[in-house]
Order: sequence, then structure tokens, then C-alpha cells
Amino acid sequence: MNRRPLTALIHPGEPPPDLKAYEAAGGYAAVRAALRDLQPADVIDRVKQAGLRGRGGAGFQTAMKWSFVPQGDDAPRRKYLVCNADEMEPGTFKDRYLMEGNPHQLIEGMILAAYAIGAEVAYIFLRDEYPLCAKRLRAAVAEARAAGHLGKDIHGSGFHLDIHLHISAGRYICGEETALLNALEGKRAVPRAKPPFPPVAGLWGKPTIVNNVETLCFVPHILRHGADWFRGLGKGSDGGTKLYGASGRVRRPGIWELPMGTTMREIIEDRAGGMLDGYRLRGVIPGGASTDFLVPEEHMDLPMDFESVQKAGSRLGTGTMILLDDKTCTVGMLRNLQLFFSRESCGWCTPCRDGIPWIEKTLAAIEAGDGREEDIDLLHTHTRLLGPGRTFCAFAPGAMAPLQSALRYFEDDFRRHITEQRCPYTNGR
Amino acid sequence: MPTIHIDGTAHSVPEGVNLLHAALQLGYDLPYFCWHPALGSVGACRQCAVRQYRDEKDEKGQIAMACMVPAVDGTRCSIADAEATEFRASVIEWLMTNHPHDCPVCDEGGECHLQDMTVMTGHCSRRHRFPKRTFRNQFLGPFINHEMNRCIQCYRCTRFYNDYAGGTDFGAFGAHNHVYFGRSTDGVLENEFSGNLIEVCPTGVFTDKTLKRHYTRKWDLESAPSVCAHCSLGCNTFAGARYGAVRRILNRYHSAINGYFLCDRGRFAYEHANRPDRPRQPLVRDKDGTMRPAVAAVALKAASDALAAAKGVVAVGSPRASLEGNYALRTLAGNGRYSPGMAAAEAAAAALLVEILRDGPLPAASLHDLEQADAVLVLGEDPADTAPRMALALRQAARQQPLESVDKLGIPRWYDRAARDIIQGATGPLHTAWTQATRLDDISRPFRGAPADIARLGFAVAHHLGGDTPPVAGIDDALDARAKEIAESLRAARRPAVVTGTSLHSRPVLLAAAAVARALLQANGENARLGAVFGEANTVGATLLGGPPPEELLESLDAGKADTLVVLENDLTRRVAPALLQRALEAARCVIALDCAATPVVERADIVLPAASFADAAGTLVNHEGRAQRFFPALPHTDDLRESWRWLAALTDATWDSLDDILLALAKDFPHLAPAAEAAPGEDFRLNGRKAPRSSRRYSGRTSQLADRSLHEPRPPDDPDSPLAFSMEGAAPTCGSTANSGEKNVPSPAGVQKHLPSSLVSHYQTPGWNSVQSLTRFQEEIAGLCRGGDPGALLFAAPGGNGALAGSPPRPFNPGAGPGLLTVPAHDVFTSDELAALSPPVAERAAPPVCRLHPEDAAAHGIADDTDARIEIDGASAVLRARLDPSLARGLIALPVPVPGLPPRADDTYATVRPAP
Repeated sequence: MNRRPLTALIHPGEPPPDLKAYEAAGGYAAVRAALRDLQPADVIDRVKQAGLRGRGGAGFQTAMKWSFVPQGDDAPRRKYLVCNADEMEPGTFKDRYLMEGNPHQLIEGMILAAYAIGAEVAYIFLRDEYPLCAKRLRAAVAEARAAGHLGKDIHGSGFHLDIHLHISAGRYICGEETALLNALEGKRAVPRAKPPFPPVAGLWGKPTIVNNVETLCFVPHILRHGADWFRGLGKGSDGGTKLYGASGRVRRPGIWELPMGTTMREIIEDRAGGMLDGYRLRGVIPGGASTDFLVPEEHMDLPMDFESVQKAGSRLGTGTMILLDDKTCTVGMLRNLQLFFSRESCGWCTPCRDGIPWIEKTLAAIEAGDGREEDIDLLHTHTRLLGPGRTFCAFAPGAMAPLQSALRYFEDDFRRHITEQRCPYTNGR
Repeated sequence: MPTIHIDGTAHSVPEGVNLLHAALQLGYDLPYFCWHPALGSVGACRQCAVRQYRDEKDEKGQIAMACMVPAVDGTRCSIADAEATEFRASVIEWLMTNHPHDCPVCDEGGECHLQDMTVMTGHCSRRHRFPKRTFRNQFLGPFINHEMNRCIQCYRCTRFYNDYAGGTDFGAFGAHNHVYFGRSTDGVLENEFSGNLIEVCPTGVFTDKTLKRHYTRKWDLESAPSVCAHCSLGCNTFAGARYGAVRRILNRYHSAINGYFLCDRGRFAYEHANRPDRPRQPLVRDKDGTMRPAVAAVALKAASDALAAAKGVVAVGSPRASLEGNYALRTLAGNGRYSPGMAAAEAAAAALLVEILRDGPLPAASLHDLEQADAVLVLGEDPADTAPRMALALRQAARQQPLESVDKLGIPRWYDRAARDIIQGATGPLHTAWTQATRLDDISRPFRGAPADIARLGFAVAHHLGGDTPPVAGIDDALDARAKEIAESLRAARRPAVVTGTSLHSRPVLLAAAAVARALLQANGENARLGAVFGEANTVGATLLGGPPPEELLESLDAGKADTLVVLENDLTRRVAPALLQRALEAARCVIALDCAATPVVERADIVLPAASFADAAGTLVNHEGRAQRFFPALPHTDDLRESWRWLAALTDATWDSLDDILLALAKDFPHLAPAAEAAPGEDFRLNGRKAPRSSRRYSGRTSQLADRSLHEPRPPDDPDSPLAFSMEGAAPTCGSTANSGEKNVPSPAGVQKHLPSSLVSHYQTPGWNSVQSLTRFQEEIAGLCRGGDPGALLFAAPGGNGALAGSPPRPFNPGAGPGLLTVPAHDVFTSDELAALSPPVAERAAPPVCRLHPEDAAAHGIADDTDARIEIDGASAVLRARLDPSLARGLIALPVPVPGLPPRADDTYATVRPAP
């Protein structure tokens, strides 16, 4: 059986499979079967047995999230499913790959998820910078509707679903599910208070499930092939495959669907072809800008799954790693990251809004040769003061992740900038 | 009550509050910005960090924001914890990375919550060495000055303006450290509660533009507890003055009335007292007929001679004058020759509504009652324009039922951020019945109709609520269905309320409201309330004194039965038909006017006695719920500028030397008004032997203020009417110690009172808390009663009367049947109040005076939109711009209040309308 279920039909450079091709490959069979044979609770149960964990970065159990949606006569009748396609994590383009390459797979996953939670309206919240995704999703939704996979009384099941494509106005914070909901409602993209969590009170105050593109794409495959098959795909405790990526000074930057739990070494050396000649690997940010550095000295054989990466002091995140080499200034890289974070802070809470710009300016000063001895302390203090629990959401703690680990692994780079009052890397270029 | 532990000390705290609320109430100094007692918690500023422990075994704990933590039984936290303390100082340091540090030139300086919190956290030296961001400021109209660079992004402004007050032309723009609070473009802030931004903003972003025009440092103000005189609600205020002029108005908390917020009319109307044309010197007409300035004694002699020579004196009082002024006038003129000053139609409506409140089935609703009501019917009143603060209360009432869904999810209501996400825009049952569109329509289910049809709706609601009201004969199905729906939502409510008012002068409407009230009592019992709106600040007080309408007294002048007219603080052109007024004034041999405004009556008068305004007089006003409230002068009166009652006392045999004297006499003559004397402590009150100071402890320049004239420090002026001193010396308003310092639990020596009565508190300030946020130290409970109880005294005992006020539904309005179009009032929130309209910044906000009529009526009368129309009533006429308004029922014409040149309207006043050439 296929070891690359998500990407089997994806051929970069070619148009995605249309409805006919997708159905010929077994597409929408899961929808037909589920609507005919399964109760919504059965769908949740199968996903639960597969142990599917959210691919957006946090790795939350998908079926558990779905089960939080209140059901029954007392529950609000209106419920929503939202696909989080606001992929704005630096270095990450896995969702784009899935949406451009096989839009029907996402739509089928959304139909099944919506059926499971009882949502009759679903949204795809898509990043503005993905016009090709938008075009292909629109075409696929139209095809699916024409074929009766969407709309009223789908395949005679009595279940209705419409999918709306919403193009985001674009902010990193929209990847945070409650900020996404605010943005979808036309409000400022600011995270909401939790509790209540979206499964209880989400979009327009109604129960809402927000799932990542990659997560939803797995659902049809789990229903078609079963939980055991899914579990068997992974190498460790987490089942399934994962879209891993690598960017930086490697020979073949790219994205690959590999068993969950593939080691960092295999991804970097086998898939990405190792470092370019003349470059040495110094560190890896494993899954987007808001994860802690891992270093080759300690972590090359680390299985890249949720638990293992967490134990190593970082997070799997999106699984799309950014590599730091020995010719790139660490401080410059951090400054670039913090500039991104300082611009993307939503402005709601003080430590994030005003702390990160201060960090960014301090890093810029260090990089420009104007660093002061006390700046190191200031940076250290900020990584602590912007930690979990101190800010309204996880944005600032995420922003501190690469900084705090860089200060741990590469403190010497910072100190040299300050003692030499210049960037030691600029001479080599 | 839950027990919580703060730094190892156990405290009992109220049920259902958060940890910040609890700590502040216990007297701890815990800094905060984004939390507000009326706006709740949102967790934005992160200033109130504490260390929270899971249980007594947890020694590690974690940093948490106190405003987000429910103070449930067993909650443990440390405020003194080193890391929490460091974090709180860091929050200030972050805020200061962009704050301009312009305290020396900032209007907020000295009264700035950001200054206080900065000092409280201990942050003092700046490490940030980079450029600050800068913003462009906006023009926001005559009330508010904008200085965005000072902003610390606490989001209170937009939470108040948009979320709480329903404003739509303001908001947060941009992101990260460039969040901007303002309008999309420069322009006047539209919402009539914009002035609260001044107090809601913790620093100097939104400051009082009227104060700026005659700025004084806030610690240099002499302030007095005052009562807003610009509508019938009686919101409590502080009037601040210096160098003989009123400089600003601030909100003075009253838990049953205004709470934390005022309307812009009430906040900015004070400038009427600073007008250059205000009478400040007595004037007496000399033999040539010229008005000449006179000293008080000369003017009094002239007045007293005129009264002695009079062949009949008649006196017209005023619903905007104090109880004392009206009573003194009534004493001067005698029973039957004194009028409370309202035109006949208004007086009759006011008298009926007072009767309904006093003897009717339901207790009068305070604004706090209305805020808590979970279903409301507003029957025949437009509070958004006639009693603005009540409209703000109703806006909160509309959230009561949706908030129950928040309770169901286990989210505390104070967690505003979550509550609003859950509720979204949902509103509960708020029904309004008025003649045309109102500014409550966005949150209510409006009914539009002529007054008679509004009354019919009311009677039908009463019928459907059950009880003894018969069905309305001949009612059409749609109206009956509507009434049924309203009745059902009222019956299902836990705290229903019906609100009505005198604006329409309609007896049937008021009787219909009384019928609804009676039915509510039967259907819902004791939690139901009846809200009332009256015309002016002391309409209820003047009505309780009683007397004929002014028309009657003016007729007697015209008929030669009297020849001398005394007018107290009343512009009769607003009350009486122009022809009658002219005849009476021509017939009068002598007109004596007492006023603080240059009205047409003052201009015509033969003797003018300049009356002290709210700012320089003490007196009592009775508000819409029958609450007698005392206001005190912020400025000393002078020999030539006296309280009206003081002028009048000199013209009668009465021996009233002080306010207490006249109140004593009033209580004797009018036992039902006796509680008015208890509205505030008498002049002889002392707190531990000391008077209450008007000035702050930091009042400066006392010895140099008059140094250009004399090097000797003058004795502070006397105030014979109150225990308030024109001085910085006196009793401290409240005990200033904080719980953190451990002083709180030191018992006071026996017999030592700790707090001034709330009616004598002249400003909010305690050690460490110099802004209005120090209010928490003046309350028994946060958002609860003032320390020692709220000011004022209720005149109406709990009603028990079943009300013999049974009325019956009028016939439906027939648009074609009358002689023209039936006039209905269209009040303007800013300028329908006489004195408010004299305040230049308020007048800037006046709506253009237009008449409104239904497009089909307009077409029938040949009137196009935005053209001039000639309105004719009883032979008098005026030209107004016409606006077509499809929200108005057919057969009506809505006119501004008042229209110069037209007689005041009664409930059956018809106008003829035609295009003006």
C-alpha cells in the first residue's frame, strides 16, 4: 500500500488531478462510504484510533478536539469547520504544496471532518500570497459541488455542506486559530481569550473546529485504509507520514513526505543531500520560526516526531526546518527573525508588542557593531519575561524560542560582535 | 464568602470577582491599566502580574495576571513575589519605550494613572536607547484633545467607545507597536459619551479640550461635589474651578445613577457658567429706562420697593432651579401666585408621572436598575436624546439576556474579552416605542407610531401581561401581535422594566405605562421597575412644590390682576406662547429676574439679580426617581452674585441665613419634601473636628495667587451653607494607607471616623493614587456603594399603592383627521437643555434645527427634502429646513425643542406646513 498517501497524486509542475482523475484514484470513496455507512461519532472514533495529531504545529489529538464540539439537542445547531490554510510560518510551504498539488484531497477531508462534527458550513482561510492555491481550490470546490459532494443532501445522506474560500488579509497571527476566527469575522486579528475554546464557542460564538490543511488531508486516507494502516506508516509512537522540509544552504532544498519520526540526519543528508560544499551545519530550527534551535552535535539522529523533539528542548512545529550554516551570522539571522516577529505582533499585549521591537533593535545594534555588554543580559531577561503565561497568547514565547536557544548554543557569536564592535561574519564575504 | 490568601494573609472577598478586583478592594496596591470596573478584564496590559500558587503545598507557583484569575475560595497568590514585582516593573519599562516622557507639559500630569503606576512599580531609569515611534494626532471635535504618542495601548478607549457605548466612528488601527486609536479620518467624535475617554484613558491621549482652553494644573483646582443640572437623571459630578471660573467637570461615582460614566452634555455644559454675557452684577432700570449696574443693597432696595408698591405679585419658578430657590420664590409670592414654571401641558404630564411614581405599583428604576434589567419596554420616550445616560444604561440592559449564555459556559461575566466573543452582537429584549427613529434602534426592536398608538400598544401589552387591563378595542392584528410579543418577553424576564417619560406630554401614554407597571407587578412581582424621564434637572422637585402653570399667572398680569412679575431662572420664551408672553410683559409694571444666564426675560427685566449657577451655589435637585441630591459650590458666592434663594430671602420676612435654615423651613411646610434636608450633612458637620477640603493636598501657589495685589494671604472665603472649606486644609477624604504596607489593619482610635460621607467628597485622591482610578478607595465594594452609602435621599417610599390611575386606551391616531400635522418633539441630545445650549463647545455639536415629516406627508404639502418649510401654530410661525423621514408615522411633524417663535407644544398641538418662499 502507498507509503506516501498525501503526495501520491502530486506532481509538481503539472496541473493537479481534476475530479475525474482524483476519483479514479479512489478519491471521494471515503465520503460516499462514510455518509452511507457511518455515524458522525464513528468517523471521530476511526480518527481517534488512528491517533491523528494536528499537523499545524501543536500536535493536538484531532479526534479529541472534534469530540469537544457539543452535540445533541441542547447544543447550538449551527457549527463551523475552518481549514487553517494561513501558512505564514517562515520556511514553511507544505500546505501550499498540498493545496496546489491536490485540492480535492483537502476538500474530501473537510467534508468528512464537517460530517464528524455536524458542521454545515466550512471555510478555507487561505493566505493571500497563495493565488494559485486559491484558483485551484475554487475550481475543485466547483467540481465537487457539481458532482454532488458538496451542497444540500450530499449523496442522499441528508447532510449538507458548503465550503467557502476566504482569502486572508494576511498576518502571521492569523495562524493562531482564535485570531483567525476574529479575522474571518472581519475583526482585528487578535487572539481570543481561552477558555472558551473554539470547539465550544468559536466563529460567531458558535462551536467551531479549526484544523490545519495537512491534518484534514489525512482524514480520507484514514477512513479508506484504517487506523492500523495509518499507525503503521509512522516510525515512532505517532502514526502517519509527515511533510518534512529543509531550507538553507543544503544541496537540494525541498519538501518530502516521510514516515513520522524520520531522523533529522535522514532528512538533511539523504533527502536534502547534505550541506553545500564549503558550508558546515551549525543549527536547525526544526519547524518554523518559533521553535528552538537543535544542533548537529546533539540532535542529528533525533527522530522528528512530536515527543522526541519536545524532549530535546524544541518543538516539531510544522516540520519544515531552517538550517543555519557557519557562513551566516547568527545574530543577523536572529535579528531577521525578530524583525519578522516584531512586525507580526498583533499589538494586543504589552510584553510582545513593546518587548520584541526592543529585542530586534538591540540585535540590530549588536549586528551593526553598536552592541553593549549589558545587551546580552537584556536579551536573556527578555527570553524569560516573554515566556509562557506572561503574554496573552503563545506568539511571544514562540518568538523567544530561537533566541533563547541561540543564546545557549551560540552565545560566543553574540559576545564577539560586542567585543569586536563589528559583525565577524561580514569579513568573509 | 470565598477566602483567598495574599502574601500569606487570609481575606474574605466577594463572590464572583477576579483577583485584581479583590486585591484592590482589600486596599492592596496592585497596578493595572486595561482592567476597568465597568469594562471588565481583557488581559492586554499584563500589568497586574502576581505569582499564583495551586494550593498551600505549591511553593513554585507561576506568574499570572490577577485580572484573569477568579478569586475563588482557596486562591493563593503573592503580590510581593520578586519575579512578579520585576515583571510589573518591566511592563512599565516596555510601555516607556515609546511613551514620550512629556509629563511636564502634559495635560494629564498630576492626575495620570500611568504616572502613579510607574511610581508604584518602582521603574525609574530607562535602558531603551533607540528611537521612539511617533504618530499624527487627529482633530476629534470640540470636546477631546488627541495626543497619540502618549498611548500605552491598553485598549480601554475602544472598549468603552465601541463596545460599551456603541460608537462606530472610532477604533484601533494598525498592529504591533503601531496600534493607533482614533477615527479613520479627522473629525468630530459622533458618540455622545465621548467625554468619558478623558477618564477612561489612563494617560494623556484623550484629554479635555475645554479644560485645555483655560488650563490649570489639576492639583490647583478647587473642586466640589456637584450634580449635573442638564437633564432629569441627576448624575453626580465634580466641578473643578480656579480663579473664579469653572474649569472642568469630572464624573463623581454614584452606584445607583451614573456609575463611572457621564454623557457629553453633562460633562461639557458647564461652560455656560463662564459666559461673558452671564449676569454677574445686579442691574436696575433707572428713570430713563436704562439698565444700570447696581450694588446688591441698591438692587435689593429697588426690588423690595417694587414688591411693596405692587398691586399683586406673581412669581414663576423653574424646573431647572433648585428646590430652595423655588421654595423661596413660593414663599415670596404665596400659594396660588407661584408657578413651578413648566408650561401647562408639560406640568400636567410631570404631575401625573410623579403621581405614578409616588403612589403607583412599582418602585422607580434607578439607572443601575435599568442596567441590570433583562427586558425593557421604553414606551413613549426617547432617552437617547432626553436622558442620555439612561440610554447608555439601556445599552447594557440589552446584554443581560445574552450574558446568560456566558454564565452557562462557566465564563465569569467580568471576563469581558471572552464574554463578548461568546455573545457577539446578540441583544436581549429591548423594545422601544417612539414616534421616529432613535439612537437605540441598533440594539432594540423599535415600534413607530403616533402618541395615541404608542399608548394603545402600552395598554395592549398590559392586557397581554394578564391582570385587570381589558383588551384594547378595535386593535389591529399587527399591533396586537407586537404587544403580545413584548408582553411575553417582559413576563419571561427576571428583572423587567418599563420606561416612560413626559416628552410627549401625553396622558394616555403615561397611563398606559402605569397599566404596564401594574400588570408587571402582578406578573413578575417585586423585581420589576418603572423608569421615568422628566424634562429637567428639578422637574420633580418643582412639581412636588406645585402651583398653577405660568400661563395662568401671565394671564392675570394681562388682565391687570397683578402688575409685578418675579421670574426665577426661567426663559419664559421656551414655555409660553409668544403672544401671551408679550402681552404679559407689556402689562407688567415691574419684572424682576433672577438668573445665571442672559435670557430674553433677563433682557426685558427691570431689576436683574444675578443668580449663582451650579458652580457657585449650594442647593438641592430632585431627580427622575425622586432622589433629592445636594450640589455644592466650587466657587464662593459674592455679595453681588448670590444663590437665588439668598436674594429672595432678603426680600421676604424669612430669617434664612444658611441653606440649613431654608431646608428646615421647607421640611416644615412640605413634609413630603423633608428628606431633602438629609441629602447631605448640614453645615455643622465635621470629620474629627475638621471640615472637608475643596483643594487637593498638593494645591500650589496659595500664598502667591494674589501677590500682585497684596502680600498678605487672605482668609479663605466662608461657606455658610456647607461643611466644605475653600482650602487645602481639612479632613482627609479617606484613610490613605494601603494593605501592602500593613497599615490597613491598624485599628482607629475609638470615635475616630475614617471617611468623609460620600456627599462631601470633593475629589478622588489617595496616597499613591492621584487619578480618578483612586475611586476604588472611596467605595465599600468596587462598583458597589460609596463608602458610607451613596449620596442623596429618596423622597418616595417603597410604593404599595395599587394605583387608582386606571386609564383607558385612546382612539387610534387618524392622520387625516386633525387640522394639519400633529406635532411631536425631536429633542437634540446636546442642545435641548437650555443651559447646555449656552455652552459654546456643546452648541458646536447642535443638530441643525430641522422639521421632519414623512415623505408622503411632505409630498401632500408640496415640501421637498432639504427645503425651507413654514410651520404655523396658533397664528405663530417659524421657518425650518425640512427633512423627509420615513421612520416617522404618517400625519406627524417632528419639531426641535424648542422652536424659537412657536408656542410650546401640547399633546394635541397641530401645525400647518407649507413651503417657505
